Amino acid sequence: MSSEDASGEERASGEGRSGMPGPAPDERPQPEGRRNLEGHRIDPVVEAEHDSRRAVISALVEDEPGVLARVSGLVSRRQFNIESLTVGPTTVEGHSRITMVVEETDPGIDQIEKQMAKLKPVISVGEVSGSAVTSELVLLKVHGEEPDKVHAIAEMYDGEALDAGPETITVQLTGDESKIDDAIDAFDQFGIIEIARTGQTALARGNIPTAPGEKPGTAGEPTTPNTQ
Amino acid sequence: MSDSAAHQREDDPDAEPASGPADADGPGAADPAGEENRPDGEPTEVSTGAESVVAALEAAGAETAFGVQGGAIMPVYDALYGSSIRHLTMAHEQGAAHAADAYGVVTGEPGLCLATSGPGATNLVTGIADADMDSDAMLALTGQVPTEFVGNDAFQETDTVGVTRPVTKHNYFAGDADSVGDVVGEAFALSKVGRPGPTLVDLPKDVTLDDTDESPGEAAAPAGTDPDPYAREDAVEAAARAIEDADRPLCLFGGGVIKGEASDVAREFARTYEIPVTTTMPGIGSFPEDDELSLSWAGMHGTGYANMAITHTDCLIAVGTRFDDRLTGGIDTFAPEAEVVHVDIDPAEISKNVYADYPLIGDAGTVLEQLNEAIHEAPDADEWRERCQEWKETYPMTYSTPDDEPLKPQFVVEAFDEATDDDTIVTTGVGQHQMWASQFWTYTEPRTWVSSHGLGTMGYGVPAAVGARVAADAMGEPDRDVVCFDGDGSFLMTMQELSVAVREDLDVTIAVLNNEYIGMVRQWQDAFFEGRHMASDYNWMPEFDKLAEAFGALGIRVDGYDEVAPAVEEALAYDGPAVIDFHVDPEENVLPMVPSGGANGRFALTEDQL
Repeated sequence: MSSEDASGEERASGEGRSGMPGPAPDERPQPEGRRNLEGHRIDPVVEAEHDSRRAVISALVEDEPGVLARVSGLVSRRQFNIESLTVGPTTVEGHSRITMVVEETDPGIDQIEKQMAKLKPVISVGEVSGSAVTSELVLLKVHGEEPDKVHAIAEMYDGEALDAGPETITVQLTGDESKIDDAIDAFDQFGIIEIARTGQTALARGNIPTAPGEKPGTAGEPTTPNTQ
Repeated sequence: MSDSAAHQREDDPDAEPASGPADADGPGAADPAGEENRPDGEPTEVSTGAESVVAALEAAGAETAFGVQGGAIMPVYDALYGSSIRHLTMAHEQGAAHAADAYGVVTGEPGLCLATSGPGATNLVTGIADADMDSDAMLALTGQVPTEFVGNDAFQETDTVGVTRPVTKHNYFAGDADSVGDVVGEAFALSKVGRPGPTLVDLPKDVTLDDTDESPGEAAAPAGTDPDPYAREDAVEAAARAIEDADRPLCLFGGGVIKGEASDVAREFARTYEIPVTTTMPGIGSFPEDDELSLSWAGMHGTGYANMAITHTDCLIAVGTRFDDRLTGGIDTFAPEAEVVHVDIDPAEISKNVYADYPLIGDAGTVLEQLNEAIHEAPDADEWRERCQEWKETYPMTYSTPDDEPLKPQFVVEAFDEATDDDTIVTTGVGQHQMWASQFWTYTEPRTWVSSHGLGTMGYGVPAAVGARVAADAMGEPDRDVVCFDGDGSFLMTMQELSVAVREDLDVTIAVLNNEYIGMVRQWQDAFFEGRHMASDYNWMPEFDKLAEAFGALGIRVDGYDEVAPAVEEALAYDGPAVIDFHVDPEENVLPMVPSGGANGRFALTEDQL
């Protein structure tokens, strides 16, 4: 098309400066329905808004440089609420297991799993079912003025004194979260000087794979008992 | 140029994706399929890591690279000497990344950019982040200080893998010369499988300098990264019933339709069932805007009729979109009565922002064909279609051109649209000019709209025009026009890439819609900050036409309506880069507008409705 045509074109007309024609927002029909913050239609009610809950997420990952940074960066970038994260090798060379405890709504937990699954080094990931075996290891350093009482309480919680001196006693405790929390309350009377917690780690019970879709042997070899 | 090397891989770019990595037996293992892909049918002999990098790129089908030289990347550049890959030296690494991004958007193959370590790599980051947000396939190669210095704060050292980790699909630190070619090949392949995205390989200088005779094997994406294109049959059946039963169905085609090469299938789908179509901004071109079913694009500055339709639909068939907030406005009022059929290759997008009643995880075109099979009768939607047509008449996209006001920018966009063919490639910066370029140009073909959507990167336009021009030339389409609409603020951010266009004799036309404002900010200040033009009012701009001439390009200044058409004609006819500095009405606003977080159906048509 030639340029003369362009300049001779009829110029579209409007309703005055900086405006377009048409009914104003209040004059338009608007639907009654709404969505909640998670994008669910409220009308008709699909589901009420979700409460957040604790979930243990287990992931098998390739043990390559930066994998922990990728996972933790993902969690922080997307503002997931994470309580703890542990990582350690499996019996398969080059594979590690990451266990995360998160406090999220169901859609949030779903997002964590899906976003983690997109990371290239993540082999499989999913929530560990509620009946999973979970445990945490805690080291506690308390004042050593009352060694007998410290030892007694450590025994109550199946703990073990790893270091005892005139001024401090360091105790190791293992167990699930409620047991650890109770123990810490009990040790509080001596004055806790320092504490180090590993965070929860978990395995699914029985034959259920820990990370959904996890194939036997992906995390452990051999898969049959070693009788030698 | 590399025509012979170029198209050999076309028939099997994604062959044997997830089955077995090519490196299973090491890069030197016999692999007839891999050798077939090489330009000469023989594995390229290499003697250094850098040569292995270039061999991998050539084998992967890379034709063009955009980059800037520098110390740590020099071995790779040295290996590019005499390669079939055309290299364009850019003025700034950001320009290299945007050019590569645009090249990838136009060709459908990953763009390639190179930079050195430290500032070279950090300058790339904006462009990589831009590609990441828009799911554009791209491979960035960065030089790195020698391995022994890594971590010691050596000269020009940056933790490039750390810096780019959140803005890449995946990134790699090349560990040794023997495997570096395979790593580069894998990164190239990974960038385009499934949901595309940028990948990066950081190349320590000792790795690229080291001796190796390991030729790269066949490039393949890592196992498990190339998803199944088919959605589950039961999910397809359920979605098909929902579509059949809909009274007010609406298609929403996103950028995934274009990236998935599904525009033809999507067009046929909408036309078969006579379902009105709106697109997202990245989805512009997936469906012809001159089709009666088209409602153009929806969202913050989308058409009134698209936003009315998306507000009132009872069945939204969304394909390849991530429901960005600029599209949805407030989630509570987004398509609030619609059952959502969501087709996406990335499961993480399902129900991320908007709950999907019918999630269909798979490739856009494949799933639309599955739906085609499963739908037995078109939805009964005559009344709805009529309403959509009425909305087009009720809320027309117009602007006024009073004699006592300066040249309107929309007029410039329309003048270019009228003067060019449908296959013209439009690139833009970000801001008001971008919105006008998307609103007042009628797009009919995929891969003709090249813009920065998710990241909103001012300055994208000029380097993108360079990339788009080179892409069209590489595709053997030198007659296609490339028009860059830019704002004065955007132009000033990356105008140095004009030097590349002049040096390489690239036929691009840059239309600066110059209002001497950061116009979109000025518009928001007027609407939401009581008109305080803090740091948005330049008051003065250099004379862009003179600057263009100083660069060696054609420079034209336009102030009035009568000058528009002659200037457009002269610039388009000019064989080389041309810049037209259109001095447009500084007070013009982009409308309609859905205020941030507002209801799409309550778009403002005038400033005082905001």
